[in-house]
Amino acid sequence: MGLLSDPVRRRALARLVLRLNAPLCLLSYVAGIAWFLALAFPPLTQRTYMSENAMGSTMVEEQFVGGERARVFARDFAAYRRKSGALPVAWLERTMRSVGLEVYTQSFSRKLPFPDETHERYMVSGTNVYGILRALRAASTESLVLTVPCGPDSTNSQAVGLLLALAAHFRGQIYWAKDIIFLVTEHDLLGTEAWLEAYHDVNVTGMQSSFLQGRAGAIQAAVALELSSDVVTSLDVIVEGLNGQLPNLDLLNLFQTFCQKGGLLCTLQGKLQPQDWTSLDGPLQGLQTLLLMVLRQASGRSHGPHGLFLRYGVEALTLRGINSFRQYKYDLVAVGKALEGMFRKLNHLLERLHQSFFFYLLPALSRFVSIGLYMPAAGFLLLVLGLKALELWMQLHEAGVGPEEGGGSPGPSSSLLSAQGVGLASLVAPLLISQAVGLALYILPVLGQHVATQHFPVSESEAVVLTLLAIYAAGLALPHNTHRVVTTQAPDRGWMALKLVALIYLALQLGCITLTNFSLGFLLAATMVPAAVLTKPHGPRPLYAALLVLTSPAAVLLGSLFLWRELQEMPLSLAEGWQLFLSALAQGVLEHHTYGALLFPLLALGLYPCWLLFWNVLFWK
Amino acid sequence: MHYIPLKVALFYLLNPYTVLSCVAKSTCAINNTLIAFFILATIKGSAFLSAIFLALATYQSLYPITLFVPGLLYLLQRQYIPVKMKSRAFWIFSWEYAMMYMGSLVVIICLSFFLLSSWDFIPAVYGFMYPESPSHPDLCREEVIPGCPAMTPSSRENKEMFEHFSLFFVCVFQINVFFYTIPLAIKLKEHPIFFMFIQIAIISIFKSYPTVGDVALYMAFFPVWNHLYRFLRNIFVLACIIIVCSLLFPVLWHLWIYAGSANSNFFYAITLTFNVGQILGTCYAPSTLLRMNVIQPILQGVHGLWGERKTGSTGQCDRVSVVPGAQIWCSEGSFLGKVLSKCVGSNWVLDLKPWGRERERMEGGK
Repeated sequence: MGLLSDPVRRRALARLVLRLNAPLCLLSYVAGIAWFLALAFPPLTQRTYMSENAMGSTMVEEQFVGGERARVFARDFAAYRRKSGALPVAWLERTMRSVGLEVYTQSFSRKLPFPDETHERYMVSGTNVYGILRALRAASTESLVLTVPCGPDSTNSQAVGLLLALAAHFRGQIYWAKDIIFLVTEHDLLGTEAWLEAYHDVNVTGMQSSFLQGRAGAIQAAVALELSSDVVTSLDVIVEGLNGQLPNLDLLNLFQTFCQKGGLLCTLQGKLQPQDWTSLDGPLQGLQTLLLMVLRQASGRSHGPHGLFLRYGVEALTLRGINSFRQYKYDLVAVGKALEGMFRKLNHLLERLHQSFFFYLLPALSRFVSIGLYMPAAGFLLLVLGLKALELWMQLHEAGVGPEEGGGSPGPSSSLLSAQGVGLASLVAPLLISQAVGLALYILPVLGQHVATQHFPVSESEAVVLTLLAIYAAGLALPHNTHRVVTTQAPDRGWMALKLVALIYLALQLGCITLTNFSLGFLLAATMVPAAVLTKPHGPRPLYAALLVLTSPAAVLLGSLFLWRELQEMPLSLAEGWQLFLSALAQGVLEHHTYGALLFPLLALGLYPCWLLFWNVLFWK
Repeated sequence: MHYIPLKVALFYLLNPYTVLSCVAKSTCAINNTLIAFFILATIKGSAFLSAIFLALATYQSLYPITLFVPGLLYLLQRQYIPVKMKSRAFWIFSWEYAMMYMGSLVVIICLSFFLLSSWDFIPAVYGFMYPESPSHPDLCREEVIPGCPAMTPSSRENKEMFEHFSLFFVCVFQINVFFYTIPLAIKLKEHPIFFMFIQIAIISIFKSYPTVGDVALYMAFFPVWNHLYRFLRNIFVLACIIIVCSLLFPVLWHLWIYAGSANSNFFYAITLTFNVGQILGTCYAPSTLLRMNVIQPILQGVHGLWGERKTGSTGQCDRVSVVPGAQIWCSEGSFLGKVLSKCVGSNWVLDLKPWGRERERMEGGK
């Protein structure tokens, strides 16, 4: 504390900070971006390894041979599905019972806040069917879940077939220590959410579901399966879950171990893993995978039913079978063996998966970057905000630390002093108005969609999206809030105080977001920090205004959509990009209401008001 | 000095910490009420009421016993009884106050006994300090929203390993609350209300199960010492520490309890950082007050002002003495000069009575 209390040293430190502020900020920002880009390169990536002892050293012999049976089940399922148009509940119940499981059903219904145009549904009602395989000698205190999400079309029938065949095979074994739940859900993620909520006896999303009659204890792990063809060339794994939550890395390691054991090709994001990490190609491809993972994690969408399990403390993965143009194909037996091996290993778990990492980034399936190595990148970016805030504070309160004036002449310092009367009172109005606009952005689109459809010839989801954009743009026209309250003596102090508050607000929000969802925090920090730091009312105003608009949350979303498609080598034209952007907005609002995704409230209630404060600073008169 | 009661009320009622403790339906509002009534009764000069409220506050949780000293100092000051060992009036009044306090405390405890018909409540309520009692704190903090487990596996192991040191640990832990009373009493005996404020802050930092409602209580008194904040060092760093920690509390709590990806160490770390911020603030405030103590108020014209500063190598002192309306001469832009330049033109009055040596000096003439 000597550094902070000793006035001489403090003054020297303060002078250093003030003089070197701009170079330090620039250096810190560049360091943050460079550190992030260097994450895909070998010193910062590590090979994955199995951390959980209980899953490591035991050898299992897979004995699954039910490939033909799985195909038969799949064909029957597809046929009954086509006939009834919805999930064939009775057939499923009969089949599961014949295989030897305890079968239960659950019906659920949900009226979405506005019609969903991508999935074409509004009033959703369906039935989940699940069968429980009770462990013979255990007390039903823990369970594992194998789930197959079924959408409105019959795309997942091979997965259902494999599920039933696996259930038949598992039923004949005696080594199960945990119960296994085989779950078939309707309307994919909506059904999964309804089942999970009823299983854990909570109601976070307003789903109406019937009471679950059969339970099997605390769920330790879950695997979701999506298979649409009889043969696959590779198994793809999806890790990103709701709000950017990731499963424990051990589950991924387990999947990779069994794929390697069975000779099954495993892919991440549909691409094979680069083999050589010594030359430049491997790390570059790793960087591409890393960026794609960051973008998917930042979106906070659950790309598979496993994402909904993660919220309840259940580690889960989604496995998707890909049938591409490769020559060598694997049939359902290979996939079944991999799943059997995974479940046998999960059976050995003594406690929940906790040994390995919960926060990581994947440049490749067998390489990861842990949180200790990637967090400094975000730290450098937030340091820029801290340095700028410190500089503004020192400029506002120069009397304590500024250049030493000879003689206690009260003349020039009195003007400084009276301007310090710009206390917190005058900043309350811009803060309140920005928060109010943010609140309007959050509440009005869904609330006012019916009014909008009455007056304009648009559908409800278009009305929601257009209202969102309208309120967003209307906020840009509100910069002249309260500068009149500031004393005319020192008009500079008003905008500096507001900018200080806005910088601290932004730093706090980005800090909290980065702790829970690093990708979202880093993406927003990388785009919003330069504009936030550079904004001031003097100087080339159109340039700053353009920079600020380009880094606003909506523009960041648009830009990241284009980047995402570019990285997937499916570039978008401008019109397509705009359409995708509009549908992404609608999906964002919908997912917040149906699954509790937090991206929409964070942007509307947190980052947009903060950005509006900077817009106010820019147009300060 | 405008609207200070209103500001104090606003600082308490609109404080997010107060709102949080109301949401959690915590009883710290009752604690705060009793302490506030005690302060009111002390300031109004009623020794009897102040003793009763202090007894009630002590009855609830043992820590307000340390507020006995500042309360006594204020009441003595109010009656112009000097704090000297030889003075009879000092001992008589102290004895009276102590008797009133102990008497009310005994009455309240006996009432409890009659309500419950047994003495079991004493170890149950106050026994958290002693190592054998089941409810003693394992050096953990309880958040406003309950539900955190009181022990982690590591602390449980430590407790078992160091079983025979547990009394030592508990003593060291609890001594922090009581230890600072005497030194602060010696240093701040001319500013008993400020001493009370600092003592409340120390209680809310070092007590066994602190909550944010206790922090809200002493934060409410910030507007009373408004004039100190221009000279308070590092106010930016302090404010940032407190705000950042307050925002990180729920995030780390969520990561620990719901996401399961953190553990209690994160929570303890953020609690530690919050305490560091509070301790920094509590340390800087008295030192600022004592530095300000060289200045007597100028505007009301009753008091003189002088400051001392060593010049050159001979170590001679300059004395500047001021009456209102006169010009101030200071040799350099020293601390004194800056403070004077701030005093001029502002509208506040320091309510420091002339006391002790300064009073004698003034009465005796310069």
